[in-house]
Amino acid sequence: MNISERKSLERLANNVRIGIIEGVYSAGCGHPGGSLSIADVITYLYFKEMNIDPANPRMEQRDRFVLSKGHTAPALYATLAERGYFDKEELKTLRKTDSRLQGHPDMKGILGVDMTTGSLGLGISAACGMALSAKAYGAENRVYTIVGDGESEEGQVWEAAMFAAHYKLDNLVCVLDLNGLQIDGKITEVMNPTPHDEKFRAFGWHVIVIDGHNFDEIEAAFAEARATKGKPTAIISKSVKGKGVSYMENACEWHGQAPKEDLYLVAMSDLGKIAESLK
Amino acid sequence: MADKKATRESYGAALAELGERYDFLVLDADLAAATKTGMFKKKFPDRFFDCGIAEGNMMSVAAGIAATGKNVFASTFAMFAAGRAFEQIRNSIGYPHLNVKIGATHAGITVGEDGATHQCNEDMALMRTIPGMVVISPADADEAYAAVEAALNYYGPVYMRFGRFPVPNLTAEMKDYKFEIGKGVLYREGSDVTIIANGYMVHLAVEAAEMLAAEGISAEVINIHTVKPLDDALVVASAKKTGAVVTAEEHSVIGGLGSAVCDLLSENCPAPVLKVGVKDSYGRSGKVPELLEIYGLTAKNIYENAKLAIAKK
Repeated sequence: MNISERKSLERLANNVRIGIIEGVYSAGCGHPGGSLSIADVITYLYFKEMNIDPANPRMEQRDRFVLSKGHTAPALYATLAERGYFDKEELKTLRKTDSRLQGHPDMKGILGVDMTTGSLGLGISAACGMALSAKAYGAENRVYTIVGDGESEEGQVWEAAMFAAHYKLDNLVCVLDLNGLQIDGKITEVMNPTPHDEKFRAFGWHVIVIDGHNFDEIEAAFAEARATKGKPTAIISKSVKGKGVSYMENACEWHGQAPKEDLYLVAMSDLGKIAESLK
Repeated sequence: MADKKATRESYGAALAELGERYDFLVLDADLAAATKTGMFKKKFPDRFFDCGIAEGNMMSVAAGIAATGKNVFASTFAMFAAGRAFEQIRNSIGYPHLNVKIGATHAGITVGEDGATHQCNEDMALMRTIPGMVVISPADADEAYAAVEAALNYYGPVYMRFGRFPVPNLTAEMKDYKFEIGKGVLYREGSDVTIIANGYMVHLAVEAAEMLAAEGISAEVINIHTVKPLDDALVVASAKKTGAVVTAEEHSVIGGLGSAVCDLLSENCPAPVLKVGVKDSYGRSGKVPELLEIYGLTAKNIYENAKLAIAKK
């Protein structure tokens, strides 16, 4: 990836982070930490990797995305808005009565959301269903899902892992967002689901471990996944929860709360400085 | 006497035959031989996918398939569909209103020898609470077949419950029979009491009506194969006419057909309603005829409750 392309993606991801903070601040609640940790990967998916068309969001042959860690809906909404699915102003309606932007993604509400998620463990299975459907009907599209590291404590994640390998779903990529924190603390202390790489490998997946905030590594991983035949690919994306907002980084308490005005201004200042540096 | 056949047999036969005319995939959770989806698997191996013993994953996989615009059936025992995978059905299928058909076999006490862990007497109650879910409990083999085809022609989530025990195929002997989701079937007109049944209990309701007729009591018999949406008009009109109701279901008296009828009548036509069904208890191992006696699921139970209901008028 050349420098200008990388910078352009970094700028987009920073805009997504601003959208996350705007949404969560307007809602007065929500999940900023895990939204910020996936911002780079989800930006890459929607701006580089996936075959999608915001003007034709229900295009049959489109690639599908399932946000299995559905509580990080602010990241999905901010990315869809940045990509042109709807006006960014709508991000301020997040979690409000009558908003299309439900607290967790609702596929009936907004074009561009391919699957309703929120209850952990269910999304990766739905992504398996989409990938299986493509295989059964000879469709060429690919399916992407992002699973949380805390979420991987759900047994259904491993039922899905078994299923995807069994049916050789090489059109499926699961990004495991390894930010190391869940509501009650460090994942290794609450209920240790690691090591993810060995587990996915044991289930029959191709596994790639990356720095989830490095676009060169993100690009290489998705390219490698595309070239991998006969098995699904898990990308273990090592990330920083709260990435980009100084006081939220690696801070468990920002899993599920919104900043008040003073800290909202700090967050916008942090992200503003990043924007400046990318000019 | 009508031929006897289990509704699960009909489910498998329907999938295998309708598979020629309709485009759909079938999922199962290592029970294809028991749910009878194996009949479809044999004929259409490329459209059948075993999910192994992982029912929660299977329901969400079905949702994913439906989200790509394809038709799909997901099958397992009622206990592991409505029970184990309740939340997957609720959140992956029900909430987004996806076009998934759930074929749940081995419902109710007539599972027999396997005992309480496999005798699901709660599935209609559980499924009925999910907004937008259609819940069907066919009476016999021909009705089960018709239900599968009707479900294929309907867009949205449908839960169908089938039994493993053979039941007389009364539908085969009915003239002008037509299956319509949400429309009850009037088996017999009467004026003294209404018997509302579904699933395995329908043929017993007919038997009970004959016992009552021998004593000069005129019972109306209605087969409410669709618990949700309920045929409100038919049930209310009959209750208004007879003023006394008995419900009969191979299911707990909590939350199923009896409760659905009570919900409706309490608002629209208060009348005594006596519920024949499993009385807030677990099943047990045993021969099916013995279990039906023990749990009060016989024609005699319906007959007795009909007389009690009339006495409460």
